[in-house]
Amino acid sequence: MLSIFRHILWLLPVVSPPVVAQSLEATDSVSLAHRLENVEVTARRRQAEVIPSQRLDGEQLRGLNSQSVADALRYFAGVQIKDYGGVGGIKTVNIRSMGTNHTGVVYDGVELGNAQNGQVDLGQFSLDNIESISLYNGQKSEILQPARDFGTAGTIYMRTRMPKFACGETFHARMTVRSGSFDLLNPSALVELKLSERVSASLSAEWVSSSGKYKFRYRRVNPAGELAYDTTAVRQNGDINATRLECNLNGALPSGQWHAKVYNYNSERGVPGAIVNNVWRRGERIWDTNSFAQGGFNNTWGRFSALANVKYAFYRTHYVNNDDKQVKIDNLYRQRETYLSVAGEYEILPVWRISSAYDFQWNALDADVYAFARPDRFTHMASVATALAFSRFKAQASVMGSFVHDVLRGQKAPSDKQVLTPAVYLSCNPLRNADWSVRAFVKRSFRMPTFNDLYYADMGNSQLNPERVTQYNVGLLYDHSGRCGALLNAARISVDAYYNRVKDKIVAYPKGQQFRWTMLNLGLVDIRGVDVSALLSLCPVGDLTLTGRVQYTFQRAIDVTDPADNYYRDQIPYIPLHSGSAVVNASWRGINVNYSFIYVGERYNQQENIRYNYTQPWYTSDLSAGYDFSVGRVKMRCLLEVNNLLSQDYDVILNYPMPKRNYRATVTVEI
Amino acid sequence: MVATSCREDELVVPTEYDIIPERPDPSSSIRGFYLVNEGNMGSNKCTLDYFDYMTGLYARNFYAERNPSVIKELGDVGNDIGIYGSKLYVVVNCSHKVEVMDARSGVRLGQIDIPNCRYIRFHRGKAYVSSYVGPVLIDPSAPKGAVYQIDTLSLAVTAKVTVGYQPEEMEIVNDYMYVANSGGYRAPAYDNTVSVIQMIDFKQVQQIKVDINLHRLKKDRYDQLWVSSRGDYQTRPSRLYCLAKRKGFNQMEVVDTIPVACSNMAIRGDSLYFYATEWNNFTASNTISYGIINVRTRELVSTSFITDGTEKEITVPYGIALHPENGDVFVTDAKNYVSSGTLYCFDSGGRRKWRVRTGDIPAHITFLSK
Repeated sequence: MLSIFRHILWLLPVVSPPVVAQSLEATDSVSLAHRLENVEVTARRRQAEVIPSQRLDGEQLRGLNSQSVADALRYFAGVQIKDYGGVGGIKTVNIRSMGTNHTGVVYDGVELGNAQNGQVDLGQFSLDNIESISLYNGQKSEILQPARDFGTAGTIYMRTRMPKFACGETFHARMTVRSGSFDLLNPSALVELKLSERVSASLSAEWVSSSGKYKFRYRRVNPAGELAYDTTAVRQNGDINATRLECNLNGALPSGQWHAKVYNYNSERGVPGAIVNNVWRRGERIWDTNSFAQGGFNNTWGRFSALANVKYAFYRTHYVNNDDKQVKIDNLYRQRETYLSVAGEYEILPVWRISSAYDFQWNALDADVYAFARPDRFTHMASVATALAFSRFKAQASVMGSFVHDVLRGQKAPSDKQVLTPAVYLSCNPLRNADWSVRAFVKRSFRMPTFNDLYYADMGNSQLNPERVTQYNVGLLYDHSGRCGALLNAARISVDAYYNRVKDKIVAYPKGQQFRWTMLNLGLVDIRGVDVSALLSLCPVGDLTLTGRVQYTFQRAIDVTDPADNYYRDQIPYIPLHSGSAVVNASWRGINVNYSFIYVGERYNQQENIRYNYTQPWYTSDLSAGYDFSVGRVKMRCLLEVNNLLSQDYDVILNYPMPKRNYRATVTVEI
Repeated sequence: MVATSCREDELVVPTEYDIIPERPDPSSSIRGFYLVNEGNMGSNKCTLDYFDYMTGLYARNFYAERNPSVIKELGDVGNDIGIYGSKLYVVVNCSHKVEVMDARSGVRLGQIDIPNCRYIRFHRGKAYVSSYVGPVLIDPSAPKGAVYQIDTLSLAVTAKVTVGYQPEEMEIVNDYMYVANSGGYRAPAYDNTVSVIQMIDFKQVQQIKVDINLHRLKKDRYDQLWVSSRGDYQTRPSRLYCLAKRKGFNQMEVVDTIPVACSNMAIRGDSLYFYATEWNNFTASNTISYGIINVRTRELVSTSFITDGTEKEITVPYGIALHPENGDVFVTDAKNYVSSGTLYCFDSGGRRKWRVRTGDIPAHITFLSK
C-alpha cells in the first residue's frame, strides 16, 4: 500500500494522486504527501543554503497558467520577461536587469546556446515534460558541474521528467490534449519504458498549432477625459505550427547515473511585428529547426566523483520577409555547436571538497547574407572550485577561465579573448535554530559578444570586448517545515539585496546616416535591487491544503554611462522599479484551484525617462481549476484556465499588444 | 506611489512648449517652421514639432494633440515634409502613407497610401512622391521604384512612373524631374543613375549615370543639380556631384565632382551648406565634417559653417535647413537615434542662437509663410 502510494507520489509532477474514496486511504495519502513535501523542502534547502535559488516544480508548476517555460518564469523574483505576445511570440528572460545575454539556460545538465544572438527563446520550451525549473543567481551550489556553469551571471535549469517505476511496472503512458483561445491545439504524448533493472527510456512528442489570432485594443483619451480613439483589431500573422520530439535514455551506475537525449524542434511561425499607424499586418515568417543530441554521466568512486557531458547541436533558421512594401529578404542561417565537458570532485575531508572542470566548445555560423564572415569560435573553459561545509557555516569559491578564439573566412579575425571569472559564496546559520540562514556572494561574470555583435554584415564590430558584470548579494532566508499533521506545513521567506554593475555594455551606436548602426562597448549600468519571496503552506482542515507564494522585486537599474547623455541616471528601458506576483493554491482531494496575479510596474520603453517614453504598469489575474480522478487503472486530469481574467489591454513591449482574456482546457490521461 | 502603481486611462501625449529666445521679425514673410522627427523603426514615434516666430514658442509633438482621434498617431518613421498651397504633407515611410494636414492648424485632412514612400516634391498642382516599391515586374525579388503623382485637390494618386532602384530625392527643373536612385536594397549591386522624367507625359526618358548609391538631389538657382552619393560605406567614399546642361543641349550631365563627403545639404543663393558623417572603422568613431560650396564657382569656400565650437556638441548631424530670408542655419542632432534629439539654430555667421530638445531623430524641416 505504502509503496504504491510512494510510487504514485513520485509521479506528482505529472499527475497528482488519484482521489481515493475510502477515508482511511485518503488519510494515508495526505500524510504521505506531507512526507514528500518534507523531502522536497530538505532537498531544496541543501541548494538554497549557499546560493539564492528559486524553484518551481510538480503541482506548483502545473497549477500556474503557463504554456511555456517563459510563462512560468514570470513567477520568479528578479526576473523580467520580454514577451512579444501570443503563442508564437518570442519570449526572452532577463535576470536582475543584467541583460538577456547574461542568462544561461541549462536543459538536463547541458547549456542551451545561441552563438548568433546569445538569446534563447524560452517560448519554444513547453512545460509538457518539464519536471522542475530552478533559477540561480550566480551559479548552482554544486561544485561538481561543467566549467561553463561557473561563468554566467544567472542560470535557469530545466529538468525533464525522469521515469520512475514501481515493482512490477514496466510501462507508463500519458496523453494530453490542450485546446483553447487563438485556435490552439496542442496534443502531446509521453511513453516511458523500463528496458531493464538499470535502464529506462522515455519518448515524448508534442505538436502545437495556433492561428495566433487574438483581439487587442488600443484606447486613448485626451487630457479633458474625452475619448480620443478606441479601436479593437485582430492580431495577424502570429500563427505557429511546431513539433517537438524528444527521446531520453536513463541508466543507473553503481553509484551514479547516465543519460542520453535526442531532441528535435521544428516550427513555422509568423512574425506578428509592431502595430504602428496604418500597418496592422506584416509578412515576415521564420522556420526553425533545432536539433541536438546530448549525453552525460556521473559516478562516485570512494572520495572521487566525476561528471562528463557531450553535445552536438544543429540549428537552422530560415527567415523570409514577403511584405510587398518592403525589401524582400530570404535568409538561411545555420549554426552548429559541439560541446565536451569533464569535471571531477575530490573529498579531502568530510567538510572540504575541491573540484576542477574543463569544457571545450566549438560554434560555427553560416549565413547566406552579403558580406557575412562565416565565423567559427573555439572556446576553452577551465574551472577550479572548492567547498567547505561545516554544520553552521558553508563556503564556496570558484574561478573560471575562458579562452575564446575566433576564425573567420576571408577576413582577419579579432584577437583572442581571455577572461577570468571568480566567485565567492558564504552562508551560515547564525542562530541555533537551523531555519534561519544568512548568505552572501560576490561574483564576476561576462558575456562574449555574439556573432551578430561582431560580424553581422555592416553592423558588427570585430573590435568588441566582452561585456562584464560584477554582482554583490546579501540575503536572509527563513525556511521552516512543519511536522506531519500540523497546521503549518511549510513557511519560507527570503530577502536578498544586490548590487550589480554592468561594464563595457554592448550597445548599438549610430553610424552616419539612414539607420546604420554599429556595436560598441559603451554602456555602464548600475543596478541595485531587492528580491523578496515568501511561501506559506497550511493544512487547516482535513485534506485541504492552502499554499500561498508571494514575490516582490525592487530594481533601480540606471544608465551611468556619460553625464552628457540626456538619459544619464535614468532607469534603463523595460525595467520596472516595482514588480511582483502572488499565487494562491487550494487543493482538496482531487480538486485543485489556483489563482495567480502578476504585477509589472511602470517602465520606460526607451532610455530617456520622459513622458513620451512612459509605459503604464500592467497586471493580470489568471485562474485555473483542475480535477483529478481515476477510472479503473486510468488516471485522468482535467484543467480549465482563464488567463487575463479582467481582460486588461497591455503591451509588455511597445507596440506589441498582448491578448485580452483567453481560455485553455487540458485533458490528461495516464496509464 | 499608489497613484502611479495602477493603470490609468492612456492619454494622448500632450504637446510640450519651450520658449525660444528669438525676436519676431514683423517684416519677415516666414511665420514658422515644421520639423518632422523620424522616430526609430517599429517605435511608431514619428512626431511633428512646430516653431512659431510670432510667439517664440516651440511646440514639441504637435500632431497627436491636434489630431487626437487618429489611431496610433502620426506613424512609424517620418521621412520628408513639405508645404504646398495651404496643405502640409508628411511622408511616413514605414506607415506607407503621406499624411496631409492643414498647414496653418496642423489638422488632418486625409492620407494617401503609398508603399515605402520616401520624399515629396510639388509641381503645378501635383505632388510627387518617390517610393522604393514600384509595380512588381519580371524579377519580384528586386522591384524597381516609382514616382507617384498625386492630385493636391482630390488627394488621389493620378499616375505613377517606374524609375530606378530605390529612388530617393528628386527635383523638377524646366518640366523635367530628376530622381536619385540608390539601389540600397541591392547592395553591393547599387544603382548608379539619376532618372529623368518628362513631366508633360510623365514618362522616364533617360537614366544618367553618376555614382553608386545616390541619395540627395537639390537644384540651385542656375538650374544645376547637386547629387550626393553615399558610397558603399566600405572602400568607396561618399561624394558630391554637380549636374548641368551643356550649352545648346537639353541633357543634364555630370559637370563637376567635389571631393568631399556629403550626407545632406541645403542651398540658399550661391551657398550650398553641407555636412557629412562618415564612420571610421579604425578609430571606431564617426568623422563629422561641415562645409560651404559656392554653387556658381563649384568651389569649396569653407570647411565649417559653425564658428563658435558648438559642432563638438553634435553627435550625429541628421538634418539641415536654411532660413529663406535671414540665412539662419538649422542643424539637427539625432544623437543615438533612440532618445530625444536637439535642434540647433545658428545665425548666418555660424554662432549659435539657440537650441531646443526635439523628438527622436529630428530630420526634416519646412518653412511656413505668413
